[in-house]
Amino acid sequence: MSPRIVIVGASLAGTRTAQALRREGSDARIMLVDAATDVACDRPPLSKAFLTAPDASPDASPKPVLTTAQLGELDVELVLGRRAVSLDATGHAVQLDDGRAVHYDALVVATGSVPRTMPGVAPLPGVHTLRTAEDAAAIRAALAAGARTVVVGGGFIGAEIAWTARSLGCPVTVVEQLPAMLLRGLGPVLAPAFTRRHAAAGVRVLLGAGVTGVAGTGRVEQVLLSDGTAVAADLVVVGVGTAPETAWLRGSGLDVSDGVLCTSRLAVAGADDVYAAGDVARWHHPRYGVPIRVEHWTNAAEHGPVVAANLCGRPTEYDAVPYVWSDQLGARLQIFGRVRPGDEVRYVFGGPDEPRFVAVAGHGDELSAVVGFGALKELMPYRRLLVDGAPWSAAEAVTPSR
Amino acid sequence: MRYTAKEKESVMRAHVDLNVCQGHGVCHMSAPDVFELDPEDGHSIVVVDPVPPHLEAAAQLGADSCPERAITVERTVRVD
Repeated sequence: MSPRIVIVGASLAGTRTAQALRREGSDARIMLVDAATDVACDRPPLSKAFLTAPDASPDASPKPVLTTAQLGELDVELVLGRRAVSLDATGHAVQLDDGRAVHYDALVVATGSVPRTMPGVAPLPGVHTLRTAEDAAAIRAALAAGARTVVVGGGFIGAEIAWTARSLGCPVTVVEQLPAMLLRGLGPVLAPAFTRRHAAAGVRVLLGAGVTGVAGTGRVEQVLLSDGTAVAADLVVVGVGTAPETAWLRGSGLDVSDGVLCTSRLAVAGADDVYAAGDVARWHHPRYGVPIRVEHWTNAAEHGPVVAANLCGRPTEYDAVPYVWSDQLGARLQIFGRVRPGDEVRYVFGGPDEPRFVAVAGHGDELSAVVGFGALKELMPYRRLLVDGAPWSAAEAVTPSR
Repeated sequence: MRYTAKEKESVMRAHVDLNVCQGHGVCHMSAPDVFELDPEDGHSIVVVDPVPPHLEAAAQLGADSCPERAITVERTVRVD
């Protein structure tokens, strides 16, 4: 009998793992399990093009991560609408919520992450998080109707929604607890300047502001702030980050303190024949020398093939430079690498008050990130330096192309 | 890499749909020997066609990493 590989999670990381296994020539019996009743859709457009696309355009329908035809070719046993509830790592078995215990020869944990919610914010109609196609459809409909929009949290999702709402003519307020929007992604130097761009574009930005709750009769009408004031709202989008989906692994003996701790090859520490992929994996990144967890598309897409290679006897580390992009303020923001809080920052093209820019961040021996806004071409030489592991001092030696 | 007799008769080709490519440049980071970037617009250019066997895994990785799914890699029957 060929070995059985169980993949828990049928979103990007899980399906990419299955595809890569087949490409590697694996004849394993692959079981793909997910609590959702459909294979997930590709998520990046949900906070971007999907929200503004005209009804009849192709962008107005979310695309699944795998088409039905691709799924058929994969020859996997698809178990949808079933949640994995526990793991017996010693006995090599996953317990499903229908009572079934599924034995595996290898297991791939690809359960992703779920949006964090806010205690005190009641789930009134009109209050949404954004993770699924259904969430996005509801937000899209509200924006089309000109909703007074309040975005709680000024991270990537929040900033994209805020700009989208603004571009559609909706009045919009961002409520951010920290001193700037996008602080985690851009760091303390770039984030305040970028926040000013949102304010200049007509987004009302409330910084250092907490949300205590929402109020309304039958549906949301107000967002209540910690200073005692309230903001009128027809649509509230809560974008306060996500949490790795590891509740089912409690009691398994695995380290799930922040996602699932893995080696540089995405093998789960302390368990045999278990791998993790995507948002849920906190792996030893060879480039950084510490375990990191990344909640972005490219990371999930690339983890799958790495897990598959390792499962097929080709030892492979995952050491790619992290990448995230975000469409807002009418241009594309791209971050290669990771901006650390203590980094020095230099604008090497454009500047904080110019329409486009490239900035580099780093210190000492390390160039740690390249950030571009509307500057695809201009950032190219710096990205090269980053990939090559150039020192921080090298980042100013490049003459920007004009 | 091991090939079946049939695969030895075929080659891998990588193709970038330039109507879909938006110049993220991730393919070039993942597989610099297969994908270069146009210095003018940042769009991806396949620099090895067909893809030699030792770069096939890299080409596949480059295709997988494309946020716009603009890259296809396909085995085609060799026509000499």
